[in-house]
Amino acid sequence: MSAARTAASSAGKPAAVPNAGGRIARRFAALKAAKRGGLVTFLTAGDPDPQTSLAIVAGLPKAGADLIEIGMPFSDPMADGPAIQASSLRALKAGMTLRRTLDLVAAFRKGDGETPIVLMGYFNPILAYGPDKFARDAAASGADGIICVDLPPEEADELAPPLAAHGLDLIRLATPTSSDARLPAIVGGASGFLYYVSILGITGTKSASAPALDEAVARLRRHTTLPIAIGFGIKTPEQAAEAAALADAAVVGSAIVNIIAENLDAAGKPKPGLADKALAFVAALAKAVRAGR
Amino acid sequence: MAPAPQALNSYRTGPDERGHFGQYGGRYVAETLMPLILDVEKAYVAAKADPAYQKELDYYLEHYVGRPSPLFHAERLTKHLGGAKIYFKRDELNHTGAHKINNCLGQILLAKRMGKRRIIAETGAGQHGVATATVAALFGLPCVVYMGAVDIERQKPNVFRMRLLGAEVRPVTSGSSTLKDAMNDALRDWVANVEDTFYIIGTAAGPHPYPAMVRDFQQVIGIETRAQIMKAEGRLPDTLVAAIGGGSNAIGLFHPFLDEKGIAMVGVEAAGLGLGSGKHAASMNGGRPGVLHGNKTYLLQDEDGQITEAHSISAGLDYPGVGPEHSWLFDTGRVTYAAITDREALDAFQLCARTEGILPALEPAHALAQVVKMAPTLPKSHLLVMNMCGRGDKDVFTVAEALGNDIAKKAGTH
Repeated sequence: MSAARTAASSAGKPAAVPNAGGRIARRFAALKAAKRGGLVTFLTAGDPDPQTSLAIVAGLPKAGADLIEIGMPFSDPMADGPAIQASSLRALKAGMTLRRTLDLVAAFRKGDGETPIVLMGYFNPILAYGPDKFARDAAASGADGIICVDLPPEEADELAPPLAAHGLDLIRLATPTSSDARLPAIVGGASGFLYYVSILGITGTKSASAPALDEAVARLRRHTTLPIAIGFGIKTPEQAAEAAALADAAVVGSAIVNIIAENLDAAGKPKPGLADKALAFVAALAKAVRAGR
Repeated sequence: MAPAPQALNSYRTGPDERGHFGQYGGRYVAETLMPLILDVEKAYVAAKADPAYQKELDYYLEHYVGRPSPLFHAERLTKHLGGAKIYFKRDELNHTGAHKINNCLGQILLAKRMGKRRIIAETGAGQHGVATATVAALFGLPCVVYMGAVDIERQKPNVFRMRLLGAEVRPVTSGSSTLKDAMNDALRDWVANVEDTFYIIGTAAGPHPYPAMVRDFQQVIGIETRAQIMKAEGRLPDTLVAAIGGGSNAIGLFHPFLDEKGIAMVGVEAAGLGLGSGKHAASMNGGRPGVLHGNKTYLLQDEDGQITEAHSISAGLDYPGVGPEHSWLFDTGRVTYAAITDREALDAFQLCARTEGILPALEPAHALAQVVKMAPTLPKSHLLVMNMCGRGDKDVFTVAEALGNDIAKKAGTH
């Protein structure tokens, strides 16, 4: 791994890191020093309602999440599967907006100054909010990085400069179909970490095999020195441990979101103990990830 | 909302190499989809330059679709309205009953060239689904059509048609279970089946190159119209009118004429229960620019950027967005965009049936309602061409339901 990293930097492909001293970089450095991969947990802001959502997010660091990815709800999340789309719609129904998502981040930051927060979403709500204002307010709320799913490098002009100006990492996605010819454009403007979408498909469906992941990570390392997180299709503690060991972190989303969906009453209100159940699952993931390497 | 109109030397050069029409269009898709749409673009550019491809497309357009479609002087309607001389471009006479097949043929021939072995599509009213199922049957390729569960319920005849043609109709229950959700699910299928699948998008929207490609396939409407009106009248028309859902029939008619400065063009959006009611499908007259389904364009959305639901009696216009080239033509002022309510479209539907013996689809019934408003204000020498882009057989149940009381009353008094 270190040989590949050295090769990449000597070939003149330094990663753009506007936030080199930021929480994301610090956290990956700490993980590296501890010689283990990290756990990134995803849930949608405001799912199933703002209070429950904040209770879960606030409990994530103690449960063992190393980084927290928070979905900004959107009515038409076309790269996500049914589980995450349903979570978006639950949050919107509960009155969630982009402003309230940033408020949730700010509320979390009152109790935790170190765990990195990455906001994941689609461009239209950001465009409606105003990209400059969004970058300013997201940074002020204590967010560290942004994943904008439907904004490939070709269309990043409206968002990348404001994010950089406010010290937010622009986290890019690479996929099994991202060719060696295309990867330089993807990692060129990326910072924080590289999110590897490990399957061809949407979130929460099939899973990639370990040899396929191993090969993919080796290929990505030839193009970037950024830490690599593997996501899409990671559902169990075992899979999370495997992916985190192969790369630098594993992202678990739909499996956590499913626990929320399974613990709602007929009216869509959270049943007692929902937050504890979600956090217990995160703790099981964290335990496996920490034992994995 | 729109910037001041600007006169350009040409309105026909777009999109640029990144797929933008001014600020609109583009490729706002997840990284998983990027390699696919770049492939489609590359293959389309090559096909466009290949005379053999064009020759094959022309063959099927003539012998399978029945092109050219006639340009018909609607004499009784002209007399009834007492103004402009009205022509119908009769794309409702195409095989499958609408303009959709022009585009489906172009795309499936491209899919074949690319070696794809499976076809997917989205559909709202079912017209594009039927056209896609038709060409898939013609070329022996398996076809999956995504259709909102709500739309399946209100468009049963078309669902049965698609199944007769051998297509699998997959109900979409995510989101609002309508056209926009069907498009989301088709895109999800495509991402998961990169290797063998071609996605035939039904309108001039979506990520580049689709808006330009679909427009190119529909331009045959305008190109034929030019030759036909020259033959009939010895000169070009004064006004063109067409309905706008995603806008493929309209851009097909308008595009070849965009640089003819003397020709006025009117696109007609669906105003549903009225622009002030909040229940309409008029993205340009009642929405604002945003990003959805791979392109930047005018959208129906709330203050938070969440997409809101469209409403129109015409399922084919019931979409919260519009093709990006229309958004650009709207901002530049080259094309005027009007809005027609459900009620006005229903009135025009009946008027056309009685004066011309043609049941228009509810989509062109919107264009016709605009003609009914405009024609009486124009001189008799004014040549007006309206695109009759689909036939109304599919809509008779919807129309009967909407007019139920009226029909009952008439039946009672006769």
